Amino acid sequence: MTFSQITRRSALTGISVAALTLITSVAASAEDVVKVGLILPMTGPSASTGRQIDQAVKLYQAMNGTKAGGKTVEVIVKDDTGVADVTKRIAQELVVNDKVSVLAGFGLTPLALATAPISTQAKVPQIVMAAATATITEASPYIVRTSFTLPQATVPAANLATKNGWKKVVTLVSDYGPGIDAEKAFGEQFTKNGGAVSAALRVPLKNPDFAPFLQRVADDKPDAVFVFVPSGFGALVVKQFVERGLDKSGIKLFGTGDLPDDDQLDGMGDVVIGLISTHHYSAAHPSPENKAFVAAYQKANPGQRPNFMAVGGFDGMALIYKALEKTKGETDGTKLVEAMKGLSWVSPRGPMSIDPDTRDVIQNIYVRKVEKVDGHLWNIETEAFEKVKDPVKAAKMAK
Amino acid sequence: MLTILFDGVSTGMLLFVLACGLAVTLGLMNFVNLAHGAFAMVGGYVTVIAMQRFGVPFLATLPLAFVIAAAIGLVLERTLYVHMYGRNHLDQVLFSIGLVFMAMAGMDWFMGSSPQNVLLPEALKGRFDVGGVGIGRYRLFLVVVCGILAVALQLVLSKTRFGSRLRAAVDDQRVARGLGIGVQTIFALTFAVGSGLAGLGGALGAEILGLDPSFPVKYMIFFLIVVTVGGTSSIVGPFVAALLLGIADVAGKYYVPSLGSFVIYALMIAVLIVRPNGLFARPGR
Repeated sequence: MTFSQITRRSALTGISVAALTLITSVAASAEDVVKVGLILPMTGPSASTGRQIDQAVKLYQAMNGTKAGGKTVEVIVKDDTGVADVTKRIAQELVVNDKVSVLAGFGLTPLALATAPISTQAKVPQIVMAAATATITEASPYIVRTSFTLPQATVPAANLATKNGWKKVVTLVSDYGPGIDAEKAFGEQFTKNGGAVSAALRVPLKNPDFAPFLQRVADDKPDAVFVFVPSGFGALVVKQFVERGLDKSGIKLFGTGDLPDDDQLDGMGDVVIGLISTHHYSAAHPSPENKAFVAAYQKANPGQRPNFMAVGGFDGMALIYKALEKTKGETDGTKLVEAMKGLSWVSPRGPMSIDPDTRDVIQNIYVRKVEKVDGHLWNIETEAFEKVKDPVKAAKMAK
Repeated sequence: MLTILFDGVSTGMLLFVLACGLAVTLGLMNFVNLAHGAFAMVGGYVTVIAMQRFGVPFLATLPLAFVIAAAIGLVLERTLYVHMYGRNHLDQVLFSIGLVFMAMAGMDWFMGSSPQNVLLPEALKGRFDVGGVGIGRYRLFLVVVCGILAVALQLVLSKTRFGSRLRAAVDDQRVARGLGIGVQTIFALTFAVGSGLAGLGGALGAEILGLDPSFPVKYMIFFLIVVTVGGTSSIVGPFVAALLLGIADVAGKYYVPSLGSFVIYALMIAVLIVRPNGLFARPGR
């Protein structure tokens, strides 16, 4: 036996001992760790959603620490690129291999729906932080939502139109799931209020030009036009609306808060000033909670502004923390979901709570107007529809 | 009615500038370059970055978009494309589509996936009426710029020495070489100009078409339709095709919005049934 062999052997022994102690120490602390599997589209077309939520979740932990109900909350971020099959696979891996106690994230409706069977089977709470189709929470008894539902923001828009005395409205939506949802929710409510939708225009999603559709609007001469397009295309619509001189012909342009998305609002230019929208969150919401949130967010991510996606992620973490406090660190999925039902708190967006019947969010929907404050564009809230429930499920409950 | 026609013409003109580079590479150089849209995207982003980060005025960014896209085109042509000229079309398609995905992912990484905005100067905003026809200033600007470009291109190709050399190089490379024409240089220059034009188109189109990293794939189909419908013999064909498509697209969406963007595909099918080689095809090629 040579010297080098001895040293190698002793080195190996040392390493294995070290490894063993490491494993046992991890095992010991695993008892006190609650793992949250955060599945987000960090790349691909919806990457801005993922980025906003990821930053907000990190911010929540930076502001509130990592302890909740006596446990350390550990977030595992995974990128699903916005593809439903990938989301499902990742959710499975997180539940089986990483033994996460909570699944969270879900940037788009199909991604949330693909994961629903897994959360049901594994009895793991699934916190939807972004996807906004009304029916998502019905897909699994373990789904709880902290974002919003599209009809929740759209029905107040219809009521706002009636309130402003607009009788004839044209709807202009992108031809895909959420767009059609918005068109339906708006049309139903507006007709019920006694208004008339004179034309329901659907713009192809891959559309190079809004010009012909806006010309239709111009020739139809409605009192107002309701617009829903994917986040990011709002500026294009508003610009072409103004270019066509529709603003001067007295036609009002309004929509849900997807149109003047806070993430991009400041870069849209002065044409959007005066744009009216209804939504649950504005980065300009005048409350101390929101001021602290926006200031901390901008400090951590210079040059960026939190939008409604970020606040959905922030409140998703708030929900998990509060539920853990309530169960005193118990991570059983069914108990966690029970604890989440009926929770209420003051979020940066304003007061919000979880509907115990539907596990969906109840919140104020604000009417906002784009204004320039200190050289920047903001959605300034002018009035609020208080404690709005998801209208789709509310209608079902009433039956 | 006339407003629709005008909007259609301006959309068509824009399509022409975006696609004419492709008409040149595909038609004249016989190279299937699906990455054409990537150069357009580069041009658009050059404008956005120059305006947002360096405060360059919009009009000054347009030549910049052309030059940078052309320079990238030149470098890629010399380093990558040159190896692909002799390969079959499937190889070229696979190669260039790979380039598209790399360009998209790269742009996503550097600039983020969210759509970018271009702020136009005041002089180009708004619209005015001429005899009851509403004319958008920016659209008029597009028509003028693109019109000048189209005429200039046609003149260069048909009247100058460079144009005849290019046509000679395309028609028979070996003979052209034998006559002492620098085929490589001509191809490289042509490719660079084509890429540059795409860049210019992307910069001009950012306002109307929007700009995000998925741009090359989103509009690839439009470029290809322009080239197939127009035929690849000259640039008159793509020009007429682009106008036709622009007008059909805008009018179709205005009069039958429920059919959405289907109208242009129907038009393409109709044209290709009647004239399989496009509107202006050289016979026998």
